[in-house]
Amino acid sequence: MRSIRYREAVREALLEEMDRDEAVFLMGEEVGHYQGAYKVSEGLLAQFGEKRVIDTPIAEAGFAGIGIGAAMTGLRPVIEFMTWNFSFVAFDQIISNAAKIYQMSGGKITVPIVFRGPNGAAKQVGAQHSHAVSPFYVSIPGIWVAIPSTPRDAKGLLKTAIRDDNPVVFLEGETLYNVKGDVPETDDDELIPFGKARIAREGDGCTIVAWGSPYYTALEAAEELAKDGIECEVVDPRTLRPLDIETIVESVKKTNRCVIVHEHWPYGGPGAEIADQVQRRAFDYLDAPIERVASLDLPMPYATNLETLVLPTVPRVVEAVRKATYAR
Amino acid sequence: MAKIIGLPKLSPTMEEGTLAAWVKKEGDAVDIDDLLAEVETDKATMEFRSFDRGVLLKILVPAGETLAPDTPVAIIGKAGEDISALLAEVASQGSQASTQAAPAPAPAPASAPVPVNTPPAPMPAHASSAVHEMTQRAVRREGERVLSSPLVRRMAREHDIELRAVIGTGPKGRIIKRDVESFLASGAASAQAVSQSASRGARRGPEIVKASQMRKTIARRLTESKQTVPHFYLTIDVDAGPLWDARKKMNEALKKQERKVSLNDLIIKACAVALRRVPAVNASWAGDAIHYHQVVDISVAVSVPDGLMTPVVRDADVLGVLEINEKVRDLAKRAREKKLALDEMQNGTFSISNLGMYGIEEFAAVINPPEGALIAIGTVREEPVVKDGQVVPGRRMKMTLSCDHRVVDGAIGAQYLAALKKLIEAPLNMLL
Repeated sequence: MRSIRYREAVREALLEEMDRDEAVFLMGEEVGHYQGAYKVSEGLLAQFGEKRVIDTPIAEAGFAGIGIGAAMTGLRPVIEFMTWNFSFVAFDQIISNAAKIYQMSGGKITVPIVFRGPNGAAKQVGAQHSHAVSPFYVSIPGIWVAIPSTPRDAKGLLKTAIRDDNPVVFLEGETLYNVKGDVPETDDDELIPFGKARIAREGDGCTIVAWGSPYYTALEAAEELAKDGIECEVVDPRTLRPLDIETIVESVKKTNRCVIVHEHWPYGGPGAEIADQVQRRAFDYLDAPIERVASLDLPMPYATNLETLVLPTVPRVVEAVRKATYAR
Repeated sequence: MAKIIGLPKLSPTMEEGTLAAWVKKEGDAVDIDDLLAEVETDKATMEFRSFDRGVLLKILVPAGETLAPDTPVAIIGKAGEDISALLAEVASQGSQASTQAAPAPAPAPASAPVPVNTPPAPMPAHASSAVHEMTQRAVRREGERVLSSPLVRRMAREHDIELRAVIGTGPKGRIIKRDVESFLASGAASAQAVSQSASRGARRGPEIVKASQMRKTIARRLTESKQTVPHFYLTIDVDAGPLWDARKKMNEALKKQERKVSLNDLIIKACAVALRRVPAVNASWAGDAIHYHQVVDISVAVSVPDGLMTPVVRDADVLGVLEINEKVRDLAKRAREKKLALDEMQNGTFSISNLGMYGIEEFAAVINPPEGALIAIGTVREEPVVKDGQVVPGRRMKMTLSCDHRVVDGAIGAQYLAALKKLIEAPLNMLL
């Protein structure tokens, strides 16, 4: 298997799917001539032309709506938000149209659309541009939410997203685009199914559920804890809706402890949802309260030292696992 | 004017009491003599009634706390009255009171003493749940709540473990997985050691059970007795045959009424009558005086599930044996149910402890202060006795008198036993 970057994996998925199906097209700010703000769509304009790689004005509500309309007519649009922070102006299109039309049309009209773009805090991009948006979108029935952590997942999940007949919110990690990882050869056409978690590391000491950028924080913490003899099992749900709660619960039944690490705020969201489901499904297996490591409950500070304090860190994950395993 | 209500001293010997349950809740109207709460004392669960009229403005101590008498537990006043000054007063006493109220408990890991000024547990608003609240507390009252993780509770079910015996090492003494694992490991190891009758087995620490109020009272009073009362003991062996026969005849006579008396009832009667014959034994040391009691009130030791109680048969010297029987049966039953009133357990003048039913031949018992003496009754032995130079079957019984030497000298004690022996060996003399 070759090792490629996350951004290249996303690009490959787009390229392969556009190549496979003429109905697939990419639309968004700077996706064409500029080759993508994060160079994800590099070379696509040259290969597929302006009809299928469409630069838009700065008008998210407009092009999100156009995409939904296109999907309703049978195309398979991929709408890129330059970052997910900008999706908020298009929120009404997503929640009121993309998520509702299938049900409100009595199942006559599907909306096979993918909204994608970078999610979460980067380095010093300010409070308004540092959102981890999963809690907003994951709470909406009628939309899938995928959040790949690795290049392989990014590619396999995006291909699945494009082929799915439902609207998909596809959250790429803004800080993950440069991450390298093994990805199968192009002609393998690997599709990674939604609702299937991946066990990234096996262990029987404590289950850590993590996705997106904090997934790597969790892995690093697990390495550190292993030195003290605490073997963590790191589970990456890969999609937050549908959520593979069974794999998480099975892991917790084995380890008897659960720590959930996520970048979104602590109030509600998938972190709280997983904690809730685990405590009900694995109640008799829990040896300690479920711990959560989240971003702190405040708007992101601009100062880099403060930003570091807000985001989940390795020491915070280590501490949470130690607490859950009563290792002091 | 609102006032602070302290925990009343509900028995003369009460040094601390456990607020078993609040019957009134905050906001309830309170009249004089209304039941406020139930308090578990060294003797029994007692009623804590109000001396005041008004509204229960504040409960300062939640149910379950053990406190010294006079510790503030509630504030009663007029509805809507400002009690902030009183609360501040209570708070300022708080730390002091808590040290008095909760003397360092046994080092059970799960029992961190809770200061008395802890905010009271929220009381349910609807009246019917007050009862529910009480039953809930009652379940926990037996001992402290055992904190354990859900996993541990499942493991306990699967392995049939009594979690009370497991020492918790988690936060607040919570029992966690590793505690059960090490408990199981040690249990399995020691079981194995037993089966192999090896000289060395896995060892494990004692099971720690928090002492009940009754246990603490027994410990305190008997230690006090054995340390401060100069005991001496006199044992006499008597012919129990006549008493045995007397009982048999009485029970034949009672057969139609379907009633019976026991040997113990007759012994109580005999001891009581003997006290009239030798009244110097029916006395108490009072520091600078001796109280010679004018009544014969016999304390009867009754074994109850977690200890021992001594309900009193009043005027046992004048009661008929059947009356004694009824009295003792009633008292013993209610003692086991912890339903004795305080005055039924206090102010005896002499005690009887009978372990004959266990086959104990003789024993020396600890005096029940402030009583001056106690008699310990052994079992009736069937054995050959020499009568008029002939060996014949007989019934013998040993009795040991424990005397407080400050009150009863050896000769007096001996006279008492001699008088008692006469009564037992010729029960008709009791009528004299």
